[in-house]
Amino acid sequence: MQDKAKSPMSSEFSVVGTRPVRPDGVDKVTGRARFGADLNLSGQLTGAVLRSPHVHARVLKIDVSQALALEGVKAVVTQKDFAPQVNSTTAFGEGTLNLMHMLTNVLAGDKVLFHGHPIAAVAATNAAVAKRALKLIKVDYEVLPHVIDVDEAMALGAPLLFPDMITEGVKPAPTTPSNIAKRIDIVLGDVEAGFKVADVIIERSFKTAPVHQGYIEPHACVATVSEDGQAELWVSTQGHWIVRMLCAKLLGWDINKIKVTAAEIGGGFGGKTVVYLEPLALLLSQKSRRPVKMVMSREDVIRATGPTSGSSMTVKIGATNDGRIVAGEALLKYQAGALPGSPVGPGCMCAFAPYDLPNVKVTGYDVVSNRPKVAAYRAPGAPISEYAVEAVVDELAATLKMDPIEFRLKNVAKQGTKAAYGPKFGPVGMAESLEAAKASAHWRTPLGKNQGRGVAAGFWFNIGGETTVSLVLNEDGTLGLTAGTPDIGGLRASLCMMASEELKVPLEKIRVQIGDTNQLGYNFLTGGSRSTFSSGMATVEAARDIKKEAVRRAAKLWELPEEAVEWDSGSGSVRPAGPNAGKHTPMTLVDIARIAGKTGGPIVGYSRLNAHGAAPSFACHIADVEVDPETGKASIVRYTAIQDAGRAIHPSYVEGQYQGGVAQGIGWALNEEYIYGTDGKLQNAGFLDYRIPVASDLPMLDTIIIEVPNPTHPYGVRGVGETCIIPPLAAISNAMSMATGVRFAELPMSPPKVLAALDKARAANTAKM
Amino acid sequence: MRYEAPESVEKACQLLADDVGHARILAGGTDLLVQIKTDVLDPSLLIDIKKIQELREINTGSGGFRIGAAVTGAELKEHDGLRAAWPGIVEAANLIGSTQVQGRATLGGNLCNGSPAADSVPALIAAGAKVVIAGPNGRRELPVEDIMVGVRKLALTKGELIVSFIVPPRPKQGGDAYLRFIPRTEMDIAVVGCGVSLQLDADGTCTFARLALGAVAERPLLVGDAAKALIGSKLDAKAVDVAAAAASAACRPIDDKRGTKAFRIKVAAVLARRTIQIALDRAHGKTGTTH
Repeated sequence: MQDKAKSPMSSEFSVVGTRPVRPDGVDKVTGRARFGADLNLSGQLTGAVLRSPHVHARVLKIDVSQALALEGVKAVVTQKDFAPQVNSTTAFGEGTLNLMHMLTNVLAGDKVLFHGHPIAAVAATNAAVAKRALKLIKVDYEVLPHVIDVDEAMALGAPLLFPDMITEGVKPAPTTPSNIAKRIDIVLGDVEAGFKVADVIIERSFKTAPVHQGYIEPHACVATVSEDGQAELWVSTQGHWIVRMLCAKLLGWDINKIKVTAAEIGGGFGGKTVVYLEPLALLLSQKSRRPVKMVMSREDVIRATGPTSGSSMTVKIGATNDGRIVAGEALLKYQAGALPGSPVGPGCMCAFAPYDLPNVKVTGYDVVSNRPKVAAYRAPGAPISEYAVEAVVDELAATLKMDPIEFRLKNVAKQGTKAAYGPKFGPVGMAESLEAAKASAHWRTPLGKNQGRGVAAGFWFNIGGETTVSLVLNEDGTLGLTAGTPDIGGLRASLCMMASEELKVPLEKIRVQIGDTNQLGYNFLTGGSRSTFSSGMATVEAARDIKKEAVRRAAKLWELPEEAVEWDSGSGSVRPAGPNAGKHTPMTLVDIARIAGKTGGPIVGYSRLNAHGAAPSFACHIADVEVDPETGKASIVRYTAIQDAGRAIHPSYVEGQYQGGVAQGIGWALNEEYIYGTDGKLQNAGFLDYRIPVASDLPMLDTIIIEVPNPTHPYGVRGVGETCIIPPLAAISNAMSMATGVRFAELPMSPPKVLAALDKARAANTAKM
Repeated sequence: MRYEAPESVEKACQLLADDVGHARILAGGTDLLVQIKTDVLDPSLLIDIKKIQELREINTGSGGFRIGAAVTGAELKEHDGLRAAWPGIVEAANLIGSTQVQGRATLGGNLCNGSPAADSVPALIAAGAKVVIAGPNGRRELPVEDIMVGVRKLALTKGELIVSFIVPPRPKQGGDAYLRFIPRTEMDIAVVGCGVSLQLDADGTCTFARLALGAVAERPLLVGDAAKALIGSKLDAKAVDVAAAAASAACRPIDDKRGTKAFRIKVAAVLARRTIQIALDRAHGKTGTTH
């Protein structure tokens, strides 16, 4: 993995496209890296959360007096200790933000909305005392009827989570409350007219289960607040500026009072973009005047932090006999969990995005029920809707007796395609990905017994956003790079490589860190596949800033006008230009660093920007799946992920993203689900029965990187982290259909469900004969 | 919580007998510690048996084996004689948890945890293994299938603990195997488990058979009707089908998060067929492992 071989498409680069060792690698493999739970402060208390034993109940009274009286208990907080919040929703990154809902998710108010909903928190001298204190908090509940399933939650007469919830997005506004928080409509062309000219129309209904991000590191933080209100927070998060903002708003503190440091992070996948423990730890520390550490158990993580939505969907697609899709329609009902805010919006926008279609209609519903509130999960919402669409596209291709790749190519989104959700695409790599799939050795390899091969396309927007990077030229010419987006998937390596490419400074001369919130201007979080794109763009700008300054300093030294000095990108040095060429010895950054003091002082490159022009990434995946006809167990026997990276700065980490997305997609397709009893309580809040794939479940996940450069990024980068989780769901389902002759329409395709479907089909066949 | 680590079986029995709270035996701790941590159990006394030499040894004699209750899966795997004689038992014990867990988890613990899904138990039952129990009134023996009487319920009385397993010599032209169904490839709990032990005579007729199932009832089951269908046959497809049907018929499972009733009943027959085949191959002297 460390060969210096470059991909042929990035031959104009010397560093970009190579595979150096990551700067954070040694610390991670030796255990030296400090994650969320690794910090301990002198005098530190243990924080613990009291969680609701009920699925849905009114909170009549909370009495904390006995807990407070217990020796060793230093503070107790309930929702009353927080600043009051307004019920108002605003756009926020890849989703929306409603501070009243967020507060309710951190600590319940007059109602508990799901089993495990936090209701109070304590800080005590150790975990055993904290646990005893939780038992001494007396809560009077009035238990209410609950609803778990999305279709049941939408039905008339369902128990209401919020008696005042009127569906947004419906005109005229409904007069009666429901569990439907919002309706979304996306329309392009006229689907009715489209279906009229279709020769074949296929309509199918699908269900998917909610799935958790499954990050291995549970939520963890340490907070310390001084007597004058200066707070420090150490936390495992995807965005420490976001944590700072959310905590400040929930607590009613000024932002400058809180300094947040992002710990090394053991996975997030979108789930660490909101706050759970952090405001509690800050408040407990403020009250106790002691540092407070809080760490979730795995059970808490699964029971009470955001999975992504489960869904109920219907998709209808029509095509002409020559293989042209003429209309696509989808109805998407997404579970939001206990509070509004499912990713049904992006689900609607992405559903048909891989295709150039004249007529599209998508209707989405955001539905609350008594489950944990969902959080972002890798391409939030998109895997769900695109799974349903890709399953119908596959069936349509089969019905038309067309090759599934050819059928997709015939309808492929390309430069100039107007997406149903609005924009026209620039250069995109969907067709290139499909062509590469068709040309791959995998596509041509014969299948074994009980095996099937499926393909599926995927699309994700990617985002940019606010970013700040600083690049310090040290006295000896080495560099210190500070970025503000936590490194989850190889960011530090990629940023160093871009700075090295731009300045022609060897990689080992650049030291990179993720700065805390006091060290840089605002940074939006690592999410939306934005960190290599946005912080990369800012790093290149900061490096160019250094170059400009180097030119200025040399000009000063040489007593030449600035225009008479230039940066020579071949040698990475400044030299006199034009008529003065050759009059002075060119100066490298080492030389410039040496004269920095007498030519104006320290040299710091800086970039603060709102990164625009994030370009979408498209993918096509091929899955070979073997289904045991006697047990219904599916095994992935071969897998190839093909995706457009724009440009792969560090190909190993691009491949790592593809493989990680596929692994999570395989879990989603085959075994992961939240299993509820009739009592509304989650039965599988642990990794034993919440089945993410283990290493031996997966074959080597092959990857093919397509590079259709993003013209708005200096090096052509597109985000790559999210698209890769989208195609596996349908690719595997389509492969299993081919292997068994049965179309599956529900995730996960766990063995009992698959065996029942196979037995049903076999019984039907026997009856026919 | 009190912790004791006696060095003799007698002392351990004494501690158990004298305890007035909820004493628990601690061997590998791979089930117990998790149950304490998740508030399922809150024992007043932990009796660590790892310092009792007799419980840590595998002894061979007259062709059979005496396996101490605190012998781990990894230790079983390293015992060449046992692996050659009873590969089904060794493989079953080494399906439990991860490699790290297998270094801690013990045969006695797997049985005494009282889970109907315990992997090593159907394999031990199929092999006809017995358990040596020590108590305040001395020692007694019971077949493995008589130890677990229900979920988390054992046939042990106050002050008793399991000392060792007595596994008979491998029969000539005999073979055993254990298979389980899990949705993943490892790190999981059996949805159905099946252990089989067979013996053939010179012309290939089955002269002895035992088939046991796990995770299909409130306790592991020895399926007598399956054995009956096999004994006296040449283990032809028809006999195996009858045995598999008997396996299904013996199941009295529940619907739960790991599988439905219908699924478990069907898969019991599938596993019975597959496990019989492996045991048969081994009886014929074909080597190789199933995992």
